[in-house]
Amino acid sequence: MKLDSKIPEGPLGEKWTKHKFNLKLVNPSNKRKYDVIVVGTGLAGASAAASLGELGYNVKAFCYQDSPRRAHSIAAQGGINAAKNYQNDGDSVFRLFYDTVKGGDYRAREGNVYRLAETSVSIIDQCVAQGVPFAREYGGLLANRSFGGAQVSRTFYARGQTGQQLLLGAYGALNRQIANGKVKMYTRCEMLDVVVIDGKAKGIITRDMVTGKVEAHSAHVVVLCTGGYSNVFFLSTSAKGCNASAIWRAHKKGAFFGNPCFTQIHPTCIPVTGTHQSKLTLMSESLRNDGRVWVPKKAMPGLKSKDAVSIPESERDYFLERKYPSFGNLVPRDVASRNAKQVCDEGRGVGSGLAVFLDFTDAIKRDGESTIRAKYGNLFDMYAQITGENPYKGPMMIYPAVHYTMGGLWVDYNLMTTVPGLYALGECNFSDHGANRLGASALMQGLADGYFVIPYTIGDYLATIGWNDKVGTDHPAFNEAMNGVNERVNKLLSIKGKKTVDEFHRQLGLTMWEYCGMSRTEEGLKKAKKIIQDLRAEFWTNVNVLGSSNELNQELEKAGRVADFLELGELMVDDALNRSESCGGHFREESQTPEGEALRKDDEFAYVAAWEYKGDNQPAALHKEELKFENVKLTQRSYK
Amino acid sequence: MKITLKVWRQKNKESKGEFKTYEHTHVSADMSFLEMLDVLNDELIKKNEEPIAFDHDCREGICGMCSLYINGRPHGPLQTTVCQLHMRSFKDGETITIEPWRARPFPVIRDLVVDRTAFERIQQAGGYVNVNTGGVPDANAIPILKNIAEEAFDAAACIGCGACVAACKNSSAMLFVGAKVSQFALLPQGQVERKTRVEKMVAQMDAEGFGACTNTYACEAECPKGIKITNIARMNREYFSAMVTSYKIESKGGGD
Repeated sequence: MKLDSKIPEGPLGEKWTKHKFNLKLVNPSNKRKYDVIVVGTGLAGASAAASLGELGYNVKAFCYQDSPRRAHSIAAQGGINAAKNYQNDGDSVFRLFYDTVKGGDYRAREGNVYRLAETSVSIIDQCVAQGVPFAREYGGLLANRSFGGAQVSRTFYARGQTGQQLLLGAYGALNRQIANGKVKMYTRCEMLDVVVIDGKAKGIITRDMVTGKVEAHSAHVVVLCTGGYSNVFFLSTSAKGCNASAIWRAHKKGAFFGNPCFTQIHPTCIPVTGTHQSKLTLMSESLRNDGRVWVPKKAMPGLKSKDAVSIPESERDYFLERKYPSFGNLVPRDVASRNAKQVCDEGRGVGSGLAVFLDFTDAIKRDGESTIRAKYGNLFDMYAQITGENPYKGPMMIYPAVHYTMGGLWVDYNLMTTVPGLYALGECNFSDHGANRLGASALMQGLADGYFVIPYTIGDYLATIGWNDKVGTDHPAFNEAMNGVNERVNKLLSIKGKKTVDEFHRQLGLTMWEYCGMSRTEEGLKKAKKIIQDLRAEFWTNVNVLGSSNELNQELEKAGRVADFLELGELMVDDALNRSESCGGHFREESQTPEGEALRKDDEFAYVAAWEYKGDNQPAALHKEELKFENVKLTQRSYK
Repeated sequence: MKITLKVWRQKNKESKGEFKTYEHTHVSADMSFLEMLDVLNDELIKKNEEPIAFDHDCREGICGMCSLYINGRPHGPLQTTVCQLHMRSFKDGETITIEPWRARPFPVIRDLVVDRTAFERIQQAGGYVNVNTGGVPDANAIPILKNIAEEAFDAAACIGCGACVAACKNSSAMLFVGAKVSQFALLPQGQVERKTRVEKMVAQMDAEGFGACTNTYACEAECPKGIKITNIARMNREYFSAMVTSYKIESKGGGD
């Protein structure tokens, strides 16, 4: 199968406009004849479901939480990028496009990224109209701040709770459609399979998490907006419930998986305290605007925050400012993370040894504590709450943690996967961010996909197939899929082994972090592959899931998700093995410059790796989508 | 640390619940409260006892999913969500009682998990601005006074956890509803539907069976996001002025 990205011909700036004109339309009065399923209600899902409902489609939306408002987009802190150039500092759509392609280390499609930058402008307008209380200047106009990987201030924010406010805006829009009867909302409901009939996605199978009832839902199209798969690492900044099951089941039904090894490690997270740790908490990257990252020049094991103040300037190493004078503490996330790891590997880490300081002393001296409190108050409070230490008095301690997955289901320009009628939006697709995502770009992509891309592209497919191309849930394929889901649930409940689900998950996570985390080697990855295979085999013979299937059973939910992570983890390792270059968040130790920076191999690897599922315990097949760069010159990224 | 836990166990909505006592010996001060329960659950599974069901998700204090009533207070002794509460807030050897939110509009689903869909229906009644995607003015077309935007933000910071209802002796949801009403009453974008919004949301709130406010301030004291009781006062004003100048909205009826 040849991958067709469907990037429109023509100059970059005209592609989307021309494409929108060329897309087929569905007549307003015919829209009600089409049924759409949206899975997930984060920024991408809520905005898509609301916008499609407004257009007149019949939408069914699903989320595993008790309310759409709980989706993990809510936890995004720092902000959302948009090329408004309100600051008159030289920003433009082209510059946002350029920064994003460069920040992604030239592993994203030009056409997609340009469209993202183009639509970013409308997103801010939309959110303000919804009543999202963005930060403002005294004159009443919107405020901006700068973020990693950019030299302009283009990030809009709502204190440290931008994701919350944007999601609540989209949630409001979704609620409006629920009230209007155009969206039917299913909460505490988990998607467990996609139904594909004659090569087209025709519905999904779900499990009601309260009653345990397994149900079939049919539609003309299925839109997955189910987020990333960082939880394959067990410890990540994702919510506990975030999982890859929806996209993994879609993958097993024919959707190719793009660049699974591209994961983002965020540099500013609160360090791990012990084996009980259940998740990691991120401190917004915006902190690096005013915080300075440092470790002592000579190793000082166990150095505490309160003792940091007494270390003279001459004995401190502000390693990011030293190595990258022009970007300083605002280098992209992958660069900041890798450097933090490096100084800790040298033995210069502070606290437990796996931490570096993020110091606000100078900023507080310069601007006063009240200014810093106004900017970051809630982040400082959160830090104090979790660590029991006062960050106004001594520096914070931070360490990198898994935060985002750039990889995901392969989609074309229309956001359709390789299964016709099956779309993937937001973090669960692979597009736009290449090998590394810039800060404040996830919110932008989720909302661009949901508000401004899918409402156009979905109509083209629907107009092509026509409203009669729908299958009822009485079709044998639905029954078969339901039986499959039930069998799997019963199998998980019948094993009654010795280990808990979390024990397997933690072990998988440690393996992934060790061998497929911040830096990767061929030897390590091969080892990881074997460990994961063994762990998976053990899981299916030795996991202990108590209770029954017809009740609220949180262990059963977790077990299904971990079973999928145990398969996805291996694909990530395969992808990391195949890509023997370093790019963005993917650092292969075999491929680095003499200064230890990531070394890309554009001749060999300027492609998207799209993996096709070939059956249980069979190696996945690799398909390559070559990346063409016509508007951006490929250079070794430099933030020096 | 060693802790004794008295935990509400209830099989499902229909069954009668009861407290069960657990001795928990593997507790460290750095654990979050939910991590302490994770460890207990792992131990229960090892003994083939069913783990305790509780709601949680983001574990960073923002999703509003976690909802435990600890020693008679929603989210426990600190003014924070329970996922941000750490065991260093408790003493070695202490006995801790954990219950679900107690309020008639929030029926128990299992153990410590309650059904908060009543909140959803209130939001659906009017917690938004009626704008479609696209066709909106430029974001800087309408300047908003900085302190008004800040005040709207303070109200909009509500995470919808329901601690206000659990804290209130009347099971009043007025802080939750008042926060949303205030956000839009303050902002220019909310002006067009200012009256109908408050009418619809209050009507739905009443239909769900939430009680009235008698100014005990318990909700503000327990709100993990520090939502101010002035939002209730503002909602009352908004409601009053809407009622004397507008028409009455019929409610759609509550949940089950």
